[in-house]
Amino acid sequence: MLWLAIHFPALSLEIFPSSSGPIAVAEKGIVSCNEKASILGIRPGMTISAAHALSSGLIVKFRDRNAESETLAGLAAWAGRFTPSVSIQASGLLLEIGSCIRLHGGLTNLLSMARRDLHEMGYGFILSCAPAPHSAWLLAISGNETFVMEKEEIEKAIGKLPVELLSQPSKIVEGLEMIGAKRLEDCIKLPRSALARRFGKSLIDEIDRALGKIPDPRKYFIPASIFERRLPLPASVMEAESLLFALKRVLPELSGHLALLQSGVQEIELHCIHEDEKDTLLKAGFSAPTRSHEKMLLLFREILHGASLPSPVREIRIRADKILPLASGNIDLFDDEDNEESLLIERLRIRLGKDAVFGLSEIQDHRPEKAWQTCDSGCDAKGKPGRPFWLLKKPFRCRKGNLALLKGPERIESGWWDGKDVSRDYYVARDENGSRFWVFCDRSDGEWYVQGIFS
Amino acid sequence: MSIESILAHPGIWLGGELARNNDALPTGFPELDEMLPGGGWPIGSVTEMIVEKEGIGEISLLLPAIAAESGKDKWIIWVSPPHVPYAPALAHAGVKLKNMLVANAGKDKEAWWASEQALRAGSFVLAWLEMQDEKKMRRLQLGAESGRACCMIFSREERQRSPAALRLKIEARGNGIAVHFLKRRGLHASRPLILSIDSHAVARHPFSSAFA
Repeated sequence: MLWLAIHFPALSLEIFPSSSGPIAVAEKGIVSCNEKASILGIRPGMTISAAHALSSGLIVKFRDRNAESETLAGLAAWAGRFTPSVSIQASGLLLEIGSCIRLHGGLTNLLSMARRDLHEMGYGFILSCAPAPHSAWLLAISGNETFVMEKEEIEKAIGKLPVELLSQPSKIVEGLEMIGAKRLEDCIKLPRSALARRFGKSLIDEIDRALGKIPDPRKYFIPASIFERRLPLPASVMEAESLLFALKRVLPELSGHLALLQSGVQEIELHCIHEDEKDTLLKAGFSAPTRSHEKMLLLFREILHGASLPSPVREIRIRADKILPLASGNIDLFDDEDNEESLLIERLRIRLGKDAVFGLSEIQDHRPEKAWQTCDSGCDAKGKPGRPFWLLKKPFRCRKGNLALLKGPERIESGWWDGKDVSRDYYVARDENGSRFWVFCDRSDGEWYVQGIFS
Repeated sequence: MSIESILAHPGIWLGGELARNNDALPTGFPELDEMLPGGGWPIGSVTEMIVEKEGIGEISLLLPAIAAESGKDKWIIWVSPPHVPYAPALAHAGVKLKNMLVANAGKDKEAWWASEQALRAGSFVLAWLEMQDEKKMRRLQLGAESGRACCMIFSREERQRSPAALRLKIEARGNGIAVHFLKRRGLHASRPLILSIDSHAVARHPFSSAFA
């Protein structure tokens, strides 16, 4: 087993819309702040009033733990694109990647994919790897990216970490520091029985879990059967580009969510929530189920550029409730091209309208006008001999005098059951210009009609 | 160095022969293939078909190529056709309907846009477009080049100039059609080719023998 820990050091800040000025998140004291604020001397741990004293323009947001856990669940869904075993931590994720490294073309490749995605979604992160989940996590929260591949190397790698990183009550950590055990290696060196007597079994257990000496089972994230995610925007925006920027954060989550469910979507709803107008609902429809977030983004780009929003948008909501099974094999075969060309049909439909772009299929009916229909995408059929390539929208009356009958008659009598019965004799006819038509004589009144063109 | 070895150089073209090195899609009519540069419908460029009267076999002429392309899982996109392409007839002629799509985009801007997009995606495009000007045609030409696609444009009248690489005019002639080569790469063809396309449209009629 190999575990990848992803720690989001600034998550409590990143869930708020970014600001160009100094901004800080506070609970009892300051929890985190942006670079602007730290230049001004604001540090985590400070009281709010001290922070305000340092900067008059400081925006202080109160920590929103609900939004944080919602974001972490979203990120856990995103991580589903790599592995089905994702576990949510207090400020990050643990991914079991040992079983899927080969699928993603090696660790280096997997790490660079993860870095690229997280970067695009706009999160700060620290990655670390270790064969035991707890050691991977300790390495990540220490702030230095460390990649340990062998179990034997764990002890050396985590030895230098300070004991305060352990998830022990502060009393125990202080106690350890008092006896001079400032780093994990100091604890490991101390006699186990004495350590257990003095600090309790939970400390020994934690160290053993970190070293991979005892089992450390994790609860894995299970995605909901529908995807719903809301994202407040930094400021009310009108421009398509700003909305796309927000979508870049949400769509990878949807894509991972779908990967965890071994599924895809054919329709995604984007609700744009305005200040004062009714919500705008935009729908992205795909010709086949997909889970590629690049494809989704391309399509939304097209949709947003064509849409007219009544007023600025303050929040977006992404919803996909019709989640369809999609085997991973399908993805590898067909999903390798995430370019605009692969979305031809979707793009034609967005610009020309859904009804203007259609496929054709055959229906088993003797009446020519009822032997076909439009559909989303065509279906293969056997067809019928002796039919013209063009069918007129409606048969129109003609004079037989101008036409030379070449072939026929083919009698079609049908439809008595639905009241639209026909009784016709069909011929192939040619006019004086050499054009060939499909004509019929209506046996009920003897009139002649043209219904098709042999072209 | 002999003159033969110089002439064999692929960069040298003799005025008395058709252009070579053109990728092409067999038309399904061997006589026609012989008359076309590359031996078929040009891939990666625009072909203009001038059909003054419809119903003379203009679709039948393209059908073997359409059927073959649809069988290769390529999209066949009909942009703004004048009538409904009739599914039972196309299916019977071997076109895979699942790879066929009609885009009703009017005749102007949207239709040009749709054609260009379809070409860029590598689809086989049949388009009925109006207001042809050179700029729009060049865009289509570029689209066809980048998608390595075949583009067939139908128009009613012959215009003076067109950037299309191949321009054909089709007329009814007896039971078949006459194909005039208005423009092709290479040697000019002064006489039209008479093709019998009956076999594709009418002869499969179940009553043909009875009536004849």
